Amino acid sequence: MKFSIPSKIADIDGAVVRAVGFAEELGFDEDSIFGIDMAVREAVANAVKHGNKLDEAKTVDISLRNLADGIEIKIRDRGAGFRVEDVPDPTNPENLLKENGRGILFMQNFVDVVEWHNHPDGGMLVKMVKNH
Amino acid sequence: MADLNISERQAGDVTILDMSGKVTIGEGSVALRNTIRRLLGEGKKNILMNLGDVKYIDSSGIGELVSSFTAVNKEGGTLKLLNLTQKIQDLLAITKLLTVFDTFDEEGAALASYD
Repeated sequence: MKFSIPSKIADIDGAVVRAVGFAEELGFDEDSIFGIDMAVREAVANAVKHGNKLDEAKTVDISLRNLADGIEIKIRDRGAGFRVEDVPDPTNPENLLKENGRGILFMQNFVDVVEWHNHPDGGMLVKMVKNH
Repeated sequence: MADLNISERQAGDVTILDMSGKVTIGEGSVALRNTIRRLLGEGKKNILMNLGDVKYIDSSGIGELVSSFTAVNKEGGTLKLLNLTQKIQDLLAITKLLTVFDTFDEEGAALASYD
């Protein structure tokens, strides 16, 4: 399954619903569905807000693929990219009371694999895998 | 229907917010922010958030809880959490925010803690 959304906060939920629907058809259990929901929501929100900076002319592309033992989820934005290692650890005491910065932590907790790549045609590509 | 519904009750000088639905990026987070801002404007600084019927919260929603906590503290008040679901408890553990928030399973104990 492949689809795109404009970079609007209001469109994030619809993207999550479509991705979760695909995962449900693959027979994931309730806890895994919660994890997929959370990871997709955080990745799409990051792409919309930080990658495409809410520029509605820029799309976020979402693709989902059935694997032999799980699901592969790819989310691409059109932003300048970032280095994951430069993102402050939100669990450090000095960052605990910051409002933002926990999305990557949630993605890392709720799927089995999460990788960030520079897309050859520009933008950032997040690849996630959730195993059954 | 709104993502997040918030109803208010008063118990002495503690305002209890019974919340239900989702606290996620967009409407849910904005609704919570506006409620806290209004309560502080009305001088209501002791706030107990009842999260028992909150089924879902994302990092934006967690950020809004933190933002509410710091806003209330800044005004000399106290914000505490009541009836965390297992999932919300897990999220607060992952983010190490269980070390920040006072959390309660019983409303009576939560209210007594404000004395």
